[in-house]
Amino acid sequence: MKGYLRYFLNKLGWFAITFVFAFLLNFILPRLMPGDPVAAIVARFAQGMSNSTGVQAIYEQYVELFGTNKPMWEQFVIYLQNVAKGDFGFSFSQYPRTVADVLKASLWWTIALQFPAIIVGWLIGNTLGALAAYLKGGFDKVLMPLSIFVSNFPPFGMAVIFMVVFGVNLKWFPTSGGYGFDLIPSFSWQFIQSVIIHYQMPFWSIVIIAIGGQAIGMRSMAIYELNADYVKYSRFMGIKDSKIVGYVFRNAMLPQITGLALSIGTMVGGALVAEIVFSYPGLGTTLLRAVLGQDYPLISASTLIITVMVLFANFIIEILYGFIDPRIKAVQAD
Amino acid sequence: MKHIIQQVFHSGKFVFGFSIFATILLIVIFYPLFVPDPPLTILGQGTFFPPGIYVSVYDSLSATSYTLNLDEAAAKRIASKLSQEDRQAVKEWLIAAGIPEAEIDPANTEQLLDQWFANYDSKKNVPGMTNAKRNYYIRLNNALKGLLSPDAATVSQTNPQTGEMEQIDTINQTDYVNVSEVANLRLLPLGTDNFGRDILTELIAATRVSLQIGFVAGIIATLIGLTLGLLAGYVGGVVDDAIMFVTNLFTVIPTFVLLILISFSIGQEQRGAFTIAVVIGLTSWVWTARAVRSQVISLRNRDHVNLSKLSGHSIVHIILSDILPYIASYVIMALILQISSGILAEAGLSILGLGPRTTEVPTLGLMINWAMIYQAHILGNWWAYMPVLVTIALITFSMNLMNTGMDQVFNPALRD
Repeated sequence: MKGYLRYFLNKLGWFAITFVFAFLLNFILPRLMPGDPVAAIVARFAQGMSNSTGVQAIYEQYVELFGTNKPMWEQFVIYLQNVAKGDFGFSFSQYPRTVADVLKASLWWTIALQFPAIIVGWLIGNTLGALAAYLKGGFDKVLMPLSIFVSNFPPFGMAVIFMVVFGVNLKWFPTSGGYGFDLIPSFSWQFIQSVIIHYQMPFWSIVIIAIGGQAIGMRSMAIYELNADYVKYSRFMGIKDSKIVGYVFRNAMLPQITGLALSIGTMVGGALVAEIVFSYPGLGTTLLRAVLGQDYPLISASTLIITVMVLFANFIIEILYGFIDPRIKAVQAD
Repeated sequence: MKHIIQQVFHSGKFVFGFSIFATILLIVIFYPLFVPDPPLTILGQGTFFPPGIYVSVYDSLSATSYTLNLDEAAAKRIASKLSQEDRQAVKEWLIAAGIPEAEIDPANTEQLLDQWFANYDSKKNVPGMTNAKRNYYIRLNNALKGLLSPDAATVSQTNPQTGEMEQIDTINQTDYVNVSEVANLRLLPLGTDNFGRDILTELIAATRVSLQIGFVAGIIATLIGLTLGLLAGYVGGVVDDAIMFVTNLFTVIPTFVLLILISFSIGQEQRGAFTIAVVIGLTSWVWTARAVRSQVISLRNRDHVNLSKLSGHSIVHIILSDILPYIASYVIMALILQISSGILAEAGLSILGLGPRTTEVPTLGLMINWAMIYQAHILGNWWAYMPVLVTIALITFSMNLMNTGMDQVFNPALRD
């Protein structure tokens, strides 16, 4: 167990360092932006106000509220304290809602949409890829070009096509939102049904993209493994084919798990844009609104949350990987 | 070198991908020579004109008119005017008049009209019909008769002296003009977009800009990745640790988030196509660096490298002549993938509203962004987004096919 503990601590250390670094980037980058966001928001609030001292008072009040008049390091300290309390300040574009409030409303939609979709896509993709490598012939010939095409299709493009085909033309599913616009979120049967119906299109458009990429990766991994010496040796020994396939699948799977950890960031990025197409009430749509409203506290908090989500998913996968990979188990036995 | 290129061009996948890509490139290069319009000129007043040939109505009036007696002309004219609801109403009447439903085909205009005029009788009392419906049928009958009447349409103009309307021409139903004799016509193969701009011209300009963005981003990313990978792999030690530290950080932090933060920080004013390309390049070198490093590590202790070291060659010389040639094929494959993912990254950013500034050049991502904002996908204006999606998919598909083809040439284990 000592070996595993070392592995775990090593990963945890990396997780912490990356987090600090991401946090710094997140704080600094949006604040380098030219222009004064407070001036922009005040200009909108003060439209039609002819009293210039009034505008000035509003401006100062906002500067005070958001703390943009203090030096950068002081802002950082304040930011750090507030984030630790879960307080991301006020949203510029949706004032007087707080950023935490806006994010709380959208975060769960994104988590509930993306993680199941990525996992389902990964499972189906790997199975198909392994089958293609094992069966070869017609199945491979059809699946591979299709996978290459699908995995190169931009995620938002898949979303648009799904929407046009199944939403606008066939009218099987609603075209936008996370639930019916006439409903209020509650635990009623009607609401849950509406959520499930609205869930289908964003879900499957993400799944299909994931399937393509994973199938290609798994296929080449499995082909490498099928040509490996241990497979030939096992065949000479007369071990049953199904058992060999089991070994091959397992060995080919390991790099695919690391692959998932490394590509989860890209996948989430693509899925966020797909959310926008469906106006799904998740982080992607929130981010779009924040960008349009020049709302830097909201942008900075959303990107921070997305980074933390991705980092965390990564961490979990690495920890699980430690359990599955025999090489790490071998270290544990020492 | 020649041999390798020959080998690559023997791969079916590579050739297929290459020909798609070359076709796109040729179109992008040669189209502007034939259609020199600036891509962002606003032609149409209004949004989303469907694809087709637009003929000037005014000029058609003054063009020579020819009389053609075509049998189906009247039927076609009515067919284009008769709406789906009217057809259904006619069918209902006919059923009420006692014609078996199987003999009525609402899609067959000629037959439907024959049946209508044979059976319609305004005085006939259909049980259960409201007065409004009866009046509707009378109006419909008159409209159909009007459509069938052989009267000519009159063209008149205001006399500038008297201010009175004067008849200057009549147009018979059998009058035709030869399209090549009409002074003004414009072919819009893909219609117009939400601002009334010719989509085909715009699309080709956008493809050019997006490819440029992809190339700049890809080359920057590959250069950074290659340099860091070579240094980390060959020099090793502290340099390796430092580079790998940064690389590991950037592997886990999602690139897309970095892109959003940076492009937002740059601000709308400074965000040109070139800047976006540089930003994409600066954030996507990680994979190349990792892969190059691991390749270099496996090469580092080969005999020919050691021999070169013993001969006293400098590090630069060893890297350039003993290591680079061995990873060149890999680097080119990585470059191709970087270009295609750079194009996708630009599109993703533009959809979020963080793409290049919108006033100067179109890019594929911006076109999608405009189509989405003006809800082309919901209104059913497929020409505004479909060609763009297909272009993006074709570019990335062709590049990945080239990549797969090269992979199979250089990695014999993957060959079929």
